Amino acid sequence: MEQGSFGALEKNLSEKKRNGKKLLVPYVCGGFDNWVEVVHAIIEAGADAVEVGIPFSDPIMDGPVIQEASQRALESGATPWSIFAEIRHASFAAPIAAMTYYNIVHHAGHERFASVLADCGVAASIIPDLQLDEAADWMRIADENGVENVLLAAPTTHPDRLKRIADASRGFVYGIGLMGVTGERLSLADSASDIARRLKACTEKPVLIGIGVSNAQQAIEVSNVADGVIVGSALVRRLVQGGGAEVAFEFVSELRRGLDSFG
Amino acid sequence: MTIMGPPSETGRFGEFGGRYVPESLIPACVQLEEVFTSAWSDPRFVDQYRTILTEYGGRPTPVTEVRRFSEKLGVRVFLKREDLAHTGSHKINNVVGQALLTKRMGKSRLIAETGAGQHGVATATAAALMGLECTVFMGEIDVARQALNVFRMKLLGASVIPVTSGSRTLKDAINEAMREWVASVDTTHYCIGSVMGPHPYPYMVREFQRIVGDEALVQVQDLLGGEVPDFVVACVGGGSNAAGTFAGFADTRAQLIGVEPEGGAAINRGIPGVVHGSRSNLLQDDVGQILEAHSISAGLDYPGVGPEHSYLASIGRARYSTANDEEVLGALQLLSRLEGIIPALEPAHAIAYVIREAGKEIPRGSTVLVTMSGRGDKDAETVAQILGESI
Repeated sequence: MEQGSFGALEKNLSEKKRNGKKLLVPYVCGGFDNWVEVVHAIIEAGADAVEVGIPFSDPIMDGPVIQEASQRALESGATPWSIFAEIRHASFAAPIAAMTYYNIVHHAGHERFASVLADCGVAASIIPDLQLDEAADWMRIADENGVENVLLAAPTTHPDRLKRIADASRGFVYGIGLMGVTGERLSLADSASDIARRLKACTEKPVLIGIGVSNAQQAIEVSNVADGVIVGSALVRRLVQGGGAEVAFEFVSELRRGLDSFG
Repeated sequence: MTIMGPPSETGRFGEFGGRYVPESLIPACVQLEEVFTSAWSDPRFVDQYRTILTEYGGRPTPVTEVRRFSEKLGVRVFLKREDLAHTGSHKINNVVGQALLTKRMGKSRLIAETGAGQHGVATATAAALMGLECTVFMGEIDVARQALNVFRMKLLGASVIPVTSGSRTLKDAINEAMREWVASVDTTHYCIGSVMGPHPYPYMVREFQRIVGDEALVQVQDLLGGEVPDFVVACVGGGSNAAGTFAGFADTRAQLIGVEPEGGAAINRGIPGVVHGSRSNLLQDDVGQILEAHSISAGLDYPGVGPEHSYLASIGRARYSTANDEEVLGALQLLSRLEGIIPALEPAHAIAYVIREAGKEIPRGSTVLVTMSGRGDKDAETVAQILGESI
């Protein structure tokens, strides 16, 4: 793929979408255990892109599982810069989206953060506490550096605002599947397919649903409407419980098989 | 010119403030902004708010000239007695306002964070008064050191959820309250206890607390033959009692001084950052992770500060100093012995500053108003322990 060129992630995902493929973007907590090996394994298992969490001390959109992984990564000495250096060195075979909270970006400064992401071959940023109204400056500078900033849309987002979010979002549009923080749920919330439907009605960009998508069955269910899914806590829980790259490979392969049952 | 007027349309005081929250919470913030703006210009709402604070909350609270304390220091000190308000602190002013707004929005449940427990008790009180459900998040460490307030909240019908993540203090209680808010925003109002959080909270909470400063200005002018005090001093954690007090004096010649805890001095030792919804001064490490604060006072044990304080500091309208735990304990004991007023550990920071700076930054003969933001009963156990007494 074209690393660092403008719109690389969106181009990559859109092409697969056009070919009828459902998209799978697993989340891995950067700096946690042997996370680099895990990312290689899940790409091999069929991840279309990987969301790499840059741990933050106060992750208000995350439930207990990702909180624990983040805290353990921080305690082991992980920093944004150590994780970016590892990404650069690893040359992953699929696009990487860095997910973090805004203070990490703010602290570094927009210019510096964007140029480091670009230098390390990170295709995109996902910053859940930097919503549309506050995101303009970061999005402009990210754009200039060829970094695609993915915006999130929520079940509570009003229709006109939903369109503005979809228009401004780069890479793909992240539909928040339910009102709540990250974590596994027994069943897929009705709001997941609703937000997917509403987003699909107002954008041609890939629409991926995350938060509360916990297994292959739920991934298939929401992908009846959405272009694909982001799966975080279900994978991270397996890693926190000691499952390594092999367990991650198995789980992502299962998700992949499920999504490939379409078309 | 009004220095402490409304923020900009994007909720900013200068370059501080804003609305840095997950997309899921945007409609709730927008609704709150609209409902607060219309309510605050509706005389019937304002009347209802004031009536409750008068008939139920014990307002106006008096201003007391503390003569023996003044004589010892060589400066003339007045206390604005928020310790005499219902529930024992200024927190009641804010929660009555927010509980009324909650009803106006058609929501049925309040959630709140609390450090010292004062805001939790106040929220539980307002919830009981108005028939709302109430859940309070409190760091596990604070649950232990503020056992009395935990029990008061339970008596008032609130459930108290101990928070075990991170530093297990106020910062983490806020994280957990925000997570719960995201999951229940349809029915639930997050009753933030200080002048922090996403717009409109910093502005709204300051407006609900400005009754402290507005009352105090009139009262102290009465006692000073029409003059305003030379200094107005208040403690600052998130900074709600200071913001409310300063709002009454910002357009006068009084020097405004906020006193931060030495171990949680966001303005004195922090740099601008973004956490819990707004951009303000923040204690953080060299990559932007939020640091834990350390203070004897659970209510000030917070690494950030309300954005308007960062603004007032940036334009030089207010100055911010610090007091350490030892000075605070000394202040608490001195005021108790000389005046028969046991301050909470939080306002004891403001008292400690006055004791230390009398004859220095505060010249001899100056007049000083200090906001006594809460009473010390809740801290009796903590203080006894440090002084080696068992109770």
